[in-house]
Amino acid sequence: MNQAAVIIDVQGLVKRFGPHTVVDGVSLTVRQGEVFGFLGPNGAGKTTTIRMLCGLLTPDGGSGTCLGFDVIRGSRQIKPQVGYMAQRFSLYEDLTVEENLNFIAAMYGVPQRRQAVAETAERLELEPYRQHLARNLSGGWKQRLALASCLIHRPKLLLLDEPTAGVDPKARREFWDRVHQLTAEGITALISTHYMDEAERCHRLAYIAAGRLLAEGTVEEVVERQGLTTWAVTGGDLHELTRRLQGLPGVEQVVAFGNSLHVSGRDAAALGRSIEPFRVAPHQWRQVATSLEEVFISLMSGEGGAS
Amino acid sequence: MRSSWFSPARLWAMVVKEFVQMRRDRLTFGMMIGIPLLQLIIFGYAINSDPKHLPTAVLVTEQSPFARRILAAMQTSDYFRVTTVARSEAQIERLLAEGRVQFVVSVPAEFSRRLVRGQRPQVLLEADATDPAAVGNAVFALGTLVNQALERDLAGPLVRLRAGPGPVEVIVHRRYNPEGLTQYNIVPGLMGVVLTMTMVVITSLAVTRERERGTMENLLTTPVRPLEVMLGKLLPYILVGYVQMALIVLAARYLFRVPEVGSLVLLFAVSLLFIAANLMVGITFSTVAQNQLQAVQMSFLFFLPSILLSGFMFPFRGMPDWAQTIGSALPLTHYLRLVRGILLKGNGLAQCWPELWPIALFMLVMMTVALKRYRQTID
Ligand SMILES: Nc1ncnc2c1ncn2[C@@H]1O[C@H](COP(=O)(O)OP(=O)(O)OP(=O)(O)O)[C@@H](O)[C@H]1O
Ligand SMILES: [Mg+2]
Repeated sequence: MNQAAVIIDVQGLVKRFGPHTVVDGVSLTVRQGEVFGFLGPNGAGKTTTIRMLCGLLTPDGGSGTCLGFDVIRGSRQIKPQVGYMAQRFSLYEDLTVEENLNFIAAMYGVPQRRQAVAETAERLELEPYRQHLARNLSGGWKQRLALASCLIHRPKLLLLDEPTAGVDPKARREFWDRVHQLTAEGITALISTHYMDEAERCHRLAYIAAGRLLAEGTVEEVVERQGLTTWAVTGGDLHELTRRLQGLPGVEQVVAFGNSLHVSGRDAAALGRSIEPFRVAPHQWRQVATSLEEVFISLMSGEGGAS
Repeated sequence: MRSSWFSPARLWAMVVKEFVQMRRDRLTFGMMIGIPLLQLIIFGYAINSDPKHLPTAVLVTEQSPFARRILAAMQTSDYFRVTTVARSEAQIERLLAEGRVQFVVSVPAEFSRRLVRGQRPQVLLEADATDPAAVGNAVFALGTLVNQALERDLAGPLVRLRAGPGPVEVIVHRRYNPEGLTQYNIVPGLMGVVLTMTMVVITSLAVTRERERGTMENLLTTPVRPLEVMLGKLLPYILVGYVQMALIVLAARYLFRVPEVGSLVLLFAVSLLFIAANLMVGITFSTVAQNQLQAVQMSFLFFLPSILLSGFMFPFRGMPDWAQTIGSALPLTHYLRLVRGILLKGNGLAQCWPELWPIALFMLVMMTVALKRYRQTID
């Protein structure tokens, strides 16, 4: 559907740690200029997959290309064009913001280093903190510094592993605005996250659990493929209603959203029959669009089956 | 933005980064200066000071004014403290073996008669030289002591005996340790010990710390090459090693008054190889250790045989063959000989060669292991 160049194109990536297969046949296609969301529960294998893409881990199986180079043998060619942000802050805590940026710029052999450092610091509004030790920065500013260090060598691909964990909502929004700005300039970004609102800001996303890819596509595609029907209920004793709905045929999820209750399931007919007896006052029923969150919970609880 | 095989700019950035981190890490920085000072004090003063009042047994087989005079003189001297007047050879043998006395002084039978006849009778000093430092000065002291003590008695017709080499000949038997190391050996040797200890620990920590703190993950995603990382970790610490050496050379000169016969320039030049060898050991350890604690433990595992089997603690020739074999593989063994050779004997580069190539070989082996083991990935 998209004519842009393919930046990441891997098939059947496998990674084992001892007896555990942590990534089990993951295939991804990411095109230039995309913001690609990477989702999945804790321990799903997101970090491991990202590390394989940037050459930090050697895959035990699978093949493919990243920026046109072989993911297994071409990591020396891939590295200079990738900006990787680890899940854990991995710059030097005992260096200042400026020293860190300078060091990373030198590692990438950035020309006119001083200028590049100054520009990057300015772009991310890090200037007031230039002389601060990274150790003393707050979480949000550390994240900004980490992002700055990913951008300083003008990479073509950003691999960001949970970049907004522990960052306040305003800073998160700014971060995503910045990412979209960058992709508009032609950079590609693969970002792992646990936040639904962030997932919804991705052009496309992939969902993995226990090392397997369970869903991939645009938000709409992912939602649609899961085929969930969702009803919202308001009014009346919703606690009591929850208790009574649970376990009925066709009712797969009953989740409270503030003052309303979302009831969903894939078998629309069975769901309809099960809720029929409760469609009386004071409850008010309304069919709504299924959200990504319901899709992921459905996937996570294993009822999603194969994608 | 090419990623060449070796980039001096990247290496330089690594070196600068290490220096900045070193400066900010007060504890490690303190350790670099503190360890040499501490060891100098411990080995130089506490252990190796010129000991006095050492327990001494006396075996006198004749009762004579001369023998009594010698005994009295020894009791008033600084070096000897007469604890036992022994009666038999067997008894002194036991006292020495059990380490209860440091010295046994024997005045043989017929001492007086031979003295009066001008036959230069012998006084035998047997020393427990397992602690050679403890023996050195006392041995020198005894000769003067005995002869001075007797001088007063040698009056009248005996005055003629005062001339010449002295009326009595003092024979010294260094027991257990024929090499008889003196304290001059210790302070130059300390240079090697301090360097071994700090260089290995510091570098193994410097690399392991990167892994433990997660910064290695970031470093490995950059195009930096293993050799650049490795040299970047080596160069700053070579400088630290030189600072430590300078400290010890100054202490040797001004505090311990160790003679400096050879060339300091040569000493610093050959030390480069030794420092590099130890740094490579540290880096090799860091490629194996999972965390900083393990790195320290492994460094200790290397340090112990180095200090015990190199000839620093015990005379090398006094060790059993297997220990000598292990010792010969360790760089410290050769470095000790180099330092002592240069400082005390004034050796030149030619005489250093037999000790230089084993260190070089050791370093090359370590470097190969380190480069082989250095992982460009984190699995
Ligand atoms: N070096 C390793 N050795 C052994 N097991 C590992 C290693 N790294 C990761 N694992 C295991 O692999 C699994 C996947 O880990 P991974 O970090 O990729 O998950 P994740 O999706 O990033 O999770 P999270 O959302 O919590 O960050 C986990 O069970 C983890 O314990
Ligand atoms: Mg993770």
